[in-house]
Amino acid sequence: MKAAIVVFPGSNRERDAVAALEAASGTKPYLVWHRDTELPKVDLIVVPGGFSYGDYLRSGAMAAHSPIMREVKARADQGVRVLGVCNGFQIITEAGLLPGALMRNGALKFVCRVQHLRVENTDSPFTAKYAKGQIVRYPVAHGDGNYWTDAETVKRLDGEGQVAFRYVADDARSDPRGNPNGSVSDIAGIFNAKRTVLGLMPHPEDAVEGLHGNTDGKPMFDGLVEALS
Amino acid sequence: MSAQATKAQERAVSAELAKEFGLSAEEYQNALDILGRTPTFTELGIISVMWSEHCSYKSSKVWLKTLPTTGPQVICGPGENAGVVDIGDGDAVIFKMESHNHPSYIEPYQGAATGVGGILRDVFTMGARPIANMNALRFGSPDHPKTRHLVSGVVAGIGGYGNCVGVPTVGGETNFHPAYNGNILVNAMTVGVAKTDRIFYSAAAGIGNPVVYVGSKTGRDGIHGATMASAEFTEDSEEKRPTVQVGDPFTEKLLIEACLELMETDAIVAIQDMGAAGLTSSSVEMAGKGGLGIELTLDTLPMREQAMTPYEIMLSESQERMLIILKPGREEVAKAIFDKWELDFAVIGHLTDTGNLVIKMYGETWCDMPIAPVSNAAPEYNRPWEPTPALAEVGDEVFAGYAESLGDTLTKLFACPDLASKRWIWEQYDSLVGGDTRFMSGQADAAVVRVPGQKKAVAITTDCTPRYCLADPVEGGKQAVAEAWRNLSAVGALPLAITDNMNFGNPEKPRIMGQFVGAVQGIGEACKALDFPVVSGNVSLYNETNGEAILPTPAIGGVGIMPDAMTAVGIAFRGEGDVILVVGEGKGHLGQSLFLREILGREEGAPPPVDLAVERRNGDFVRGLIHEGLVVSSHDVADGGLIVTIAEMALAGGVGAYLTAFDGASPRVLFGEDQGRYVLAVRSGVAATVQEKAKAAGVPVAVLGETRGTALSGRGGDIVSLKRLRDANEGWLPGYMSAEL
Repeated sequence: MKAAIVVFPGSNRERDAVAALEAASGTKPYLVWHRDTELPKVDLIVVPGGFSYGDYLRSGAMAAHSPIMREVKARADQGVRVLGVCNGFQIITEAGLLPGALMRNGALKFVCRVQHLRVENTDSPFTAKYAKGQIVRYPVAHGDGNYWTDAETVKRLDGEGQVAFRYVADDARSDPRGNPNGSVSDIAGIFNAKRTVLGLMPHPEDAVEGLHGNTDGKPMFDGLVEALS
Repeated sequence: MSAQATKAQERAVSAELAKEFGLSAEEYQNALDILGRTPTFTELGIISVMWSEHCSYKSSKVWLKTLPTTGPQVICGPGENAGVVDIGDGDAVIFKMESHNHPSYIEPYQGAATGVGGILRDVFTMGARPIANMNALRFGSPDHPKTRHLVSGVVAGIGGYGNCVGVPTVGGETNFHPAYNGNILVNAMTVGVAKTDRIFYSAAAGIGNPVVYVGSKTGRDGIHGATMASAEFTEDSEEKRPTVQVGDPFTEKLLIEACLELMETDAIVAIQDMGAAGLTSSSVEMAGKGGLGIELTLDTLPMREQAMTPYEIMLSESQERMLIILKPGREEVAKAIFDKWELDFAVIGHLTDTGNLVIKMYGETWCDMPIAPVSNAAPEYNRPWEPTPALAEVGDEVFAGYAESLGDTLTKLFACPDLASKRWIWEQYDSLVGGDTRFMSGQADAAVVRVPGQKKAVAITTDCTPRYCLADPVEGGKQAVAEAWRNLSAVGALPLAITDNMNFGNPEKPRIMGQFVGAVQGIGEACKALDFPVVSGNVSLYNETNGEAILPTPAIGGVGIMPDAMTAVGIAFRGEGDVILVVGEGKGHLGQSLFLREILGREEGAPPPVDLAVERRNGDFVRGLIHEGLVVSSHDVADGGLIVTIAEMALAGGVGAYLTAFDGASPRVLFGEDQGRYVLAVRSGVAATVQEKAKAAGVPVAVLGETRGTALSGRGGDIVSLKRLRDANEGWLPGYMSAEL
C-alpha cells in the first residue's frame, strides 16, 4: 500500500501518522506539502491532525480551500481512500467530502483523554479488522470535535451504514458521560456514501504500540494495508 | 511612505525619567558616568531593561554562582538559552524552566500562553526539537474571588498554545495557598532533544556578518514587560495589562519548523530568541558574548504598527521572533526557508568591531553606546539577609483531640485542593501528540517521553513543597531537589540534571532575601550530594502584593534518562496479590505535613529533614530493582505520607490494598512525610528476593500488605472504598470550577 500524508504548516500529528502507516505497511508514506498541486499515485490519502493554518477561523475552513485539497477531492471522487483524523476530519468535512460540521466542544474546552468507542460498521477497509459492536479505545485530543448535522441526516447516515464510530462510556454504554464533545448522536466518525472516505475525531494512530498503552488503533492500519496492497 | 518619528519628539532624559524606568538614583548616575554624557531616551530605555532585576539577576547572581553546574554529563550549563546534557548515542537533551508570573496574574490566558511560547523558543533556538512541556502552577486560596478565573485562564492559555504547536504537555504540579492570592506562579518547562554536534549558541562572531530578524512583526506590546516583572504589585497593577504580550502559537509552530530546517544547513553563526526585553537583550547579549559591536538599521524591520520609535522597537516584547547571525552570503538560503514557512525575514544590521550598539532609523542615530561597559556595569547586589528562625518538630499534643476514622480522614485529604485530582486541568492539554508519551506525570512519579525514533526515554518532573520552604528554606530547597531526584528514580530513570525556577518575594527585605539564600544553599547541597547539577534556571523576584510575599517557591525541574521507555514503571497497582513494600524508614515526622494542615488546621513545625546519603542509597536501590524488572508499581512517599501514597496507587490502578502493617498505627506512621521513601508493589514470587537484596544493600524494607479487592482494608475490615476516595478525589476541582461565584 502506498500512502500520502497531506501536510499543512500547522499539522502536528503527521509524524504519528507516518509511524503508524510505516509500521503497518513497511513503506514510508509520501509527505505532500499544502501548496503542492499534485499527488503521487497512491492507494490512501491521510489528512492528519493539527491546526492547518492556525484555525483561528473555523477549524479547517481555510485548509479546505488549499491547492492540495482540490487534488484530494479529485482523487476521492476517483475512489482513492481518504482518512481524515481530527483536524483532518474537520478539513475534509469543510471540503465537502463528508456531510455535517464540527463545532466547538460542548464544554468549550479542549479535551485530551483515552476514549471508548463502538465500531458501528465493519464493511470498509478502515474497519474490516474490527468486529461490529466492538469496543475500542483511541485517544481524543481536540477543541472542535462537536459533530453536528440535522436529525434527518443522522437518520440517513445510520440507515446507510455511514456511521463508523460512536463514543461510549467506559462501561461501553451510550451515555452523555462518554461523549467528550457533545456531538450529535454520539458520532465520533463517519464514512461517505461509498465508504471510501472516513473522517473521525479520535486518533487511531496514537494507539498502535505498547508504548501507547493500547493497540486498538492498529487493526485500522492493518486492515487498510490488507485491502489496498 | 509610512509615518515617521523623530528624536526631537522624545521626552527629555532626567533622573525623574530614569526612576520611572525602574532605575535607582545610583544606577542612573552610573549610566551617566559610563557614557560621559546624558543618555538619549532610547539609550536610557535600553539601559533600564538591561539592568532590571529580570534581565540582570542583580540580587540573585552572587548566590546563584555558588550552585554546582558541572558534571561529566553536562555539555552546557547556565548562561545560554537553556541547559544541555548528554544522553548518549550522540544525543543531547536541552531544557529549561521559566516563570511568567506577573503577566499571568494580569492577563491569565495570554500571560500563560506566552510563557509557554517563550520557553519553547529558549529550547529550539539551541537546535533542539521540543518533545515535552511541563508546568508548575501555584494559585491563591480557592476561596479568593480571583482564583477560579485565574485557574481557568492559565490552563486555557497553556493548552491553547502548547496544543497548537504540537508539543505534548505531559504534566506538572498545581498547588493552592492564600499566599499566592495576589501573585500566582506560572512556571513553564520545555524539554527538547538535539544531536550533540548540532547545538547552536548565542555568541556572535564575524565582523560584517549580517544580523537577521525572523518571525512575527514587531508591535507595541510588552514594552517594559521586564521592568514590570521586577517590581511589586500594588492596587493599580491591573492597569499594566498593556505590558502583557499576545501569543500566536501558529506562528511559533512555523518558527520552530523554519528554524530547525535552517539549522540543517550551515548558514547560522549564532541564534537567539527575543524574549524578555526583546531585541535589546538578544542583540546586546549576542554581540556582548562575541566581544563585538552591532549596528542595526530598523527601517527594514517588520513592524505591524505605524511610526514606531526605536525605543518602542528595542523594548517591545512582541512574541515569536528570533535574531540570527548568518554567515556572509547565506541570506538567500535562509530567506528561502522562511519564505516557505511564510514568515517575515529581514536583514536589519551587521556586526562591527566598534564594540558599540548603534541604532539608526528614519535617517537619525538614536543610540550609540558601548556594550561591554553597560553590560558589565549591570548592578550586582549582595543584599542583606536574615536566616529564617528554626522551628521545632511538632509534639504529640497536636493530635490529642483527633478521633476521626481513618476512612474519613483519607476522604477529606483526597478532596483537599493540593491532593485532589487535577484531571480537569490536564485533560485540556494534548499530552499525546508525537506518539512518544509513555507516562504523563500522575500516571507515574515522572513523565516519561521516548526520544523520537529511538528506544530510550527522557523522564521529567517538576517539584517543590513551598510550605516546607517557608518553614525552613534550607531543608525546603534540599527537599525540592531530593524529591525531583526521587521521582525520576521511582520510574526507573537515572537522574541527570535540573533547571531551577526561583520564585520569591521582594529581595530588598532581609527576611525574603534570607529565604532565597537558604533555598540556594539547600539546593546546592542536594545537587552536590546527588550529582544532579543545575544546568539552567530563572529567577522571579518581587512576587508581592501590597507587601504580602508568596511562599518561597524554588521550583525544580528534573530530567533523567532510561535506556528503554518500556521499562518505566508507573504508580498504578496492576492486579491483585502483589506484595506492597515500603523502602526507607519513617520516624513519623508530622511538622508541615498535609495532615497537620488539612485535618488539624495547623501550619506549623519543622519540615521533614532530608538525609541526602540515605536518599541516594534508597533511590539507587529502587532504580536497580526496576532495571532488573522486579517492580510492578512504584511511587515515592510525599504529600500526605505513607497511607496516602498507597491509596494513590490503588486509585490509579483500580485495585485495593489489604494492609497488615498499620493496626493501631498513630497518625505519625500513617501521615508523616519523612523523606527518602518509596512504596513498591512486586509480584509475590519475587518479594523474598527483593527483601534479600535490600538486606544486602543495607536498605530498610518492610512489608505493608498486598494488593486486593476494591477498598483499602486491614485486619479490622474495610478502611475506605476506592469508590468513595475516587468520588472525593475527582469531584473537587470540576465542582469548584463549575460553581458560580
